[in-house]
Amino acid sequence: MTGTALPELSPAGQQSAWFRLRWPLVAALGVVLLILFRGTLPGWAITPPDLWTTSLPLPFLIFGDGFFPAPTIKGSSVADWFNGIVGVLREHEIFGLFTFRDVTRGIAGLIVWPLEFSEDLLISGFSDWGIPPIPWVVTTALAGILGWYLRGWGLGLLAATCIAYCAVFGKWELAMTTLSLVLVTAPIAILIGLALGVLALKSRRFERALWPVLNLMQSLPHFGYLIPIVVFVGLGHKAGAIATILFALPPMAKITIVGLRGVSEEVLEAGIMAGCTRRQMLWRVRIPAARPTLMVGVNQVIMQCLAMVVISAFIGARGLGIDLLFRLQTLQLGRALESGIAIVLMAIALDRLSQALSEKEPVHRQDGPFWSVQPYLTAAGLAAATGILLAYLVPEAGQLPREMTVTLAPQWDLVIRGVVSALYEPLSFIREYLPPYVLIPIRTFFEQLPWTVFLGAVGLCGWVLGGWRLAALVGAYIGFIVLSGWWTEAMVTTYLVFVAVVICTIFGFPVGVWASRRDRRTRVVAFLCDTFQTFPSFIYLIPVVMLFQVGTISQIMAIVVYASIPVIRYTYVGLRAVPHSMVEAAVSSGCTPSQILWKVRMPLAFPEIMLGVNQTIMFGLFMVMIAGFIGGNFDLAREIFKAKAQNDAGLGLLLALCVAFLGLTADRLISAWASRRKAQLGLT
Amino acid sequence: MAEPVILCRDLWKIYGPEPTKFLARHDSKPTPEQFEQSGHIGAVQDVNLDVQPGEILVIMGLSGSGKSTIVRCLSRLIEPTHGQVIFQGTDLLKATEKEMIEIRRHKMGMVFQNFALLPHRTVIDNVAFPLEVQGVDRAKRHERALEIIELVGLKGREKYYPRELSGGQQQRVGIARSLAVEPDVWFLDEPFSALDPLIRREMQDEFLRLQNLLHKTIIFITHDFDETVRLADRIAIMYEGRIVQLGTAEELVTKPATDYVRAFTRDIPKAKLLTVASVMGPADGNHSDGPAVSDDQLIGDVAGLVVGHDRPVTVRNGSGSVVGSLTRKQVVDALFANGS
Repeated sequence: MTGTALPELSPAGQQSAWFRLRWPLVAALGVVLLILFRGTLPGWAITPPDLWTTSLPLPFLIFGDGFFPAPTIKGSSVADWFNGIVGVLREHEIFGLFTFRDVTRGIAGLIVWPLEFSEDLLISGFSDWGIPPIPWVVTTALAGILGWYLRGWGLGLLAATCIAYCAVFGKWELAMTTLSLVLVTAPIAILIGLALGVLALKSRRFERALWPVLNLMQSLPHFGYLIPIVVFVGLGHKAGAIATILFALPPMAKITIVGLRGVSEEVLEAGIMAGCTRRQMLWRVRIPAARPTLMVGVNQVIMQCLAMVVISAFIGARGLGIDLLFRLQTLQLGRALESGIAIVLMAIALDRLSQALSEKEPVHRQDGPFWSVQPYLTAAGLAAATGILLAYLVPEAGQLPREMTVTLAPQWDLVIRGVVSALYEPLSFIREYLPPYVLIPIRTFFEQLPWTVFLGAVGLCGWVLGGWRLAALVGAYIGFIVLSGWWTEAMVTTYLVFVAVVICTIFGFPVGVWASRRDRRTRVVAFLCDTFQTFPSFIYLIPVVMLFQVGTISQIMAIVVYASIPVIRYTYVGLRAVPHSMVEAAVSSGCTPSQILWKVRMPLAFPEIMLGVNQTIMFGLFMVMIAGFIGGNFDLAREIFKAKAQNDAGLGLLLALCVAFLGLTADRLISAWASRRKAQLGLT
Repeated sequence: MAEPVILCRDLWKIYGPEPTKFLARHDSKPTPEQFEQSGHIGAVQDVNLDVQPGEILVIMGLSGSGKSTIVRCLSRLIEPTHGQVIFQGTDLLKATEKEMIEIRRHKMGMVFQNFALLPHRTVIDNVAFPLEVQGVDRAKRHERALEIIELVGLKGREKYYPRELSGGQQQRVGIARSLAVEPDVWFLDEPFSALDPLIRREMQDEFLRLQNLLHKTIIFITHDFDETVRLADRIAIMYEGRIVQLGTAEELVTKPATDYVRAFTRDIPKAKLLTVASVMGPADGNHSDGPAVSDDQLIGDVAGLVVGHDRPVTVRNGSGSVVGSLTRKQVVDALFANGS
């Protein structure tokens, strides 16, 4: 056995922190000096010259003469190069028969079948056979019974209310269109994610290749999916479905890998000892035993699907999203709010139902007559039968005619006007002081920041936190942006996210600390965070547009509203997760409550809080792109909207990658720091 | 002796960068220093073991001594680095995956420390699981499962899910599952360690009752010496991957092979372990009068009699002839001397 000696203190360990950090400090000083005296730097070191970004020595694309011809590349920038590939995929005919785009369109065509089926079922009915759609009263009742079965009558009531709202407020068709998109895309995303996870389990090599791809996919903003999809599938409803599936599957794949690997060793051994073959091990032992973890993935996929379905309105997916988008663009705020509430209610219902599903523990059944063994099935059958009969007798129970629906839009408009005018004065200082004294100076700083200095600083952080490997990785991310030709725009995006994240932290950190101090506060704040997090990000534009109209402040405020959640959550979770024994030790040493907070809890929770900030940055980058269409800055979001308008897939992908790399840079650096710090503190 | 059910020869399990080469390089006799230098860990080292039909062999040792690794090598849940495991005449380490599956399906059963029940299956489906993977049809496997569920005293709970049962009940399900295929050899890996002491005792009684009915060949892993003494026919004591002594409980106490075994057995209640035969002196010739005890009685059972008697007590064997005598001093020494 190896006797583990105490790790010897290196000489550096005994010296002051200042001495240990001398090189990083020197380098940081250098960065500051370079920024101050940037005038002395040559021009190419400040903004990447056009010559670099437009005539890159990119490998000329030749795939042999037979299968793939050399694509025609118009210029020599990364975007052109991407478009070269896109062009081949689009136009070149494999075996002279069909193009790659035909294949993708063909596959996408398959999605039309289940989509039409579920829409027929929920909205329009099967006209060929003269079968009417499910009456809205039945849909409502079934949602209620599902909630009752999964958790109890409380959840049943909630689910039924959410569905009924859509009917009563005249959003039935829109809401059911959105719902059927989710109902069709989520299972497909779940199955693909599951399949990827199973493959990764079988082959370590596949897992190693898959993981970075999933990381990249998860940091691509929504438009990174939407624009290429437009090229390969086309505009419209099914394109939205395909984009949604792609967007929602990475978390499922990741959770599947983690879940399948996390099954207890003993359970696996029990399976082997029972004489399971490999296939039986997977299907009868591993996957069922990982069910609770997999169900967490199912919940995430459903919520991701809903968020993406709403945003897919930008490429023509029908449903509540397009309604909301239209109302926002035409500033019909009352109507926008009404659609927004429908989306929010749907989010709450889907989240709570799928969460209840994941938490549902099996319970044994007593013997007895069918209705007592299967009370939920019986109730569902009864509800369906009575509902259909009712719809037969009273048509209003089948489809609520438009004149019987209610709208509160005028009232909402009044409320909004009231709120806006009440808040106009209090908020005016933001409008007056934020731009000249805060925003413009920071923007100028970022715009004028020499790329060499930024790259150097990022590389240096990487080197200090994770050695040359991390430095090379983050250096490559930033290098890509430098050569992409969109440096200044990327810096404007960075500035927007930076300001928003600082505001999020200033606001979210104290809230998190406050929430961590009492059990009841934690419960309330946790409930609010959970609820707000389920809302599709698009929703947050409504209050922002209400209060700040359009412009930079709106764009930043949209990020702040959406991205504050992780800071708050990670702060109270981190502070509360400090081991009880340490707190007891502090109490018995005579610490006051505030000493316990600042001297014990805070240092131990700090790495976790930084992970919250990290998450906030990722959320911020997602939101900065969505809010781009109300922002009007010369940032990546504006360019991506332009690329979308021009169907420029290569450019769209390039811009999305720039955003992803900004996010990944922050993510890699902060995670490296946090895991190192946690290891130092012995919290692993 | 009958032919052993399991025979294991020169068994090694080494963890580290290149276990096989490491073992070959040191001619199958690496020293602890060589292990440390090369970064290898010898979880099981040079183990030789035979398991006789119908016996309860307890492998005991502290955590990290390699006892769980041995039992996993015997069932090939872990691939041994070197050695032979002969199971009913065939070398398990040469068996193909398919053959191993067949052997496990019909001849081996295993009980786990943390029960290892499948959480999504009811009691009856857990117990029937080994039959299900063999392809036994539903009616048949449920019939068999019900039989065993009744045997382990869980009748009426067939439709419960594991999480609805107490720890003791869950382990009963684990036991039932391992017996479903009527295995020839039964591995129990610390089956009662996760249970609280009262339940543990109850389960040990239950286990002995089952064994009286079934007469399985058993390899039982534990770190609890009281449990060992209660259940074992023979005991293997493990220390740092090696079996340091293999014998009956009495042999371990009276003739410890190493200081480690001596230290280990020092505090055990000897009254329930030592027989009169192992403590008595030679017959003193003066044996016709006074009470007599039998040589296979436990010291604890005769102590009152001997201590309350001034003169040595006669010891007779099963056929009634005198084989020795027992003095007050011998009893007191055996009970209270600290193993020296």
